[in-house]
Amino acid sequence: MQTVFESFELALRLLAAGDPQLLQIVVLSLKVSASACLIGALVGLLLGAWLAVARFAGQQALVWALNTLLALPSVVVGLLVYLLLSRAGPLGSWGLLFTPSAMVLAQSVLVIPLIAALTRRLVLTAWREAADPLRSLGAGPLTAAILLLVHERRALLTVVLTAFGRAIAEVGAVMMVGGNVLGVTRVMTTAIALETSKGDLALALALGLVLLAVVGCINAALSLLQAPHSAERAALV
Amino acid sequence: MEAPALIRLRQAGVRFGAIQALDAIDVGVRRGECIALVGANGSGKTTLLRLLHGLQGCTTGAREVPAHVGRLSTAGLRCAMVFQRPFLLNLSVNQNLNIALWLRAYPRQERLRRAGEALERMGLVALAQRPARTLSGGQQQRLALAIAWSTDPDVLFLDEPTANLDPGAKREVEAAIAQLASEGLTLVMSTHNLGQAKRLASRVLYLENGRLLVDAPVDQFFQDRLPASAEQFLKGERSW
Repeated sequence: MQTVFESFELALRLLAAGDPQLLQIVVLSLKVSASACLIGALVGLLLGAWLAVARFAGQQALVWALNTLLALPSVVVGLLVYLLLSRAGPLGSWGLLFTPSAMVLAQSVLVIPLIAALTRRLVLTAWREAADPLRSLGAGPLTAAILLLVHERRALLTVVLTAFGRAIAEVGAVMMVGGNVLGVTRVMTTAIALETSKGDLALALALGLVLLAVVGCINAALSLLQAPHSAERAALV
Repeated sequence: MEAPALIRLRQAGVRFGAIQALDAIDVGVRRGECIALVGANGSGKTTLLRLLHGLQGCTTGAREVPAHVGRLSTAGLRCAMVFQRPFLLNLSVNQNLNIALWLRAYPRQERLRRAGEALERMGLVALAQRPARTLSGGQQQRLALAIAWSTDPDVLFLDEPTANLDPGAKREVEAAIAQLASEGLTLVMSTHNLGQAKRLASRVLYLENGRLLVDAPVDQFFQDRLPASAEQFLKGERSW
């Protein structure tokens, strides 16, 4: 119990002191996970919406594969990206292993199935109502998919936030492809893992609290962004 | 001489698995007509509308759009449809109209002009910037009509456009439809409201279990002797 209190105190002290090393780790964590979410959103939103709207041979198999990939362990992603980027791998010549770019790639691979699968479910629900009206106006599958992404944009913000939560809390893949190099690829989760292995549980827990606080702030900001819409809806009821 | 049909169904049938939704339908839609489709729930009215529009393919028979002179020869037949529950994007009234016109490939200036005209016509100018989904049921249906009308269709299909509306909203929407019909726009409308069919339609099609039992001018439909099941339907003895 004492460790928990110590951790709270330490977390507050670290934040209040604006420790440059901590700030660097927090900023890198945010940069890596935000970049991964941006890439994941670009690919996942379009893929999910298109899978909801289009009809083609092999679609069900693709949906099955996508849903299966939701359970993809992050260490497996780390291993695959490691093999891809290692010197002997197909992209070895790019020299990305143990750089933040490799971490972005690994996290992108992790969040794309999550964003695509959740987007597909959301857009599919809207598509049941919108299929005939949009087709009647002449919208093809891709146009309809994009319009429904716009239509469901507020709910999709939550999907992207969920993906961000998964990315920033992930440790296995970024550890494998980033290497946890201080000042280069050390992020919150790898720092927590390192401090735990060194036996400094209070510092590890304090870093965990900082991580939670950062994600909490992003959540609050997005809730505020959605607040006017919620108020508008409530007024209609 | 009778005007040539814009759309013709020849022995058209639609089957959904074990269910025969439409069977051997022979019907034509001529320019300037206002056709009311009536029949009990599940009789095939919506499927017939979707088939005529082209949203649904035939399982048997054929849907034909004969070649015509003028616009139809180059641009093809333009159909629009208003649904029982209008689908509006989570955007403003104006944006919904603009997107519909953009989908129909109208240039920007033309889009602005048409959207303005449609809003004015349906009495929605004051609501142009409002989120479309916050409008009342009647206003949403008028917006759906505005969207459909703005795309300048050759045939406008209406699927129970006043169902689920309160009496005031019903009157508003019906008045807008009557205005379009009086201007010569070709309309095909499904309805459960026989009074509405009598007021608006020039021709009535009665469907039962996917079969077209009566195809008659409106006066004849309400005055002449009809098949027994249609008579029962008119007397309100059948389920709606």
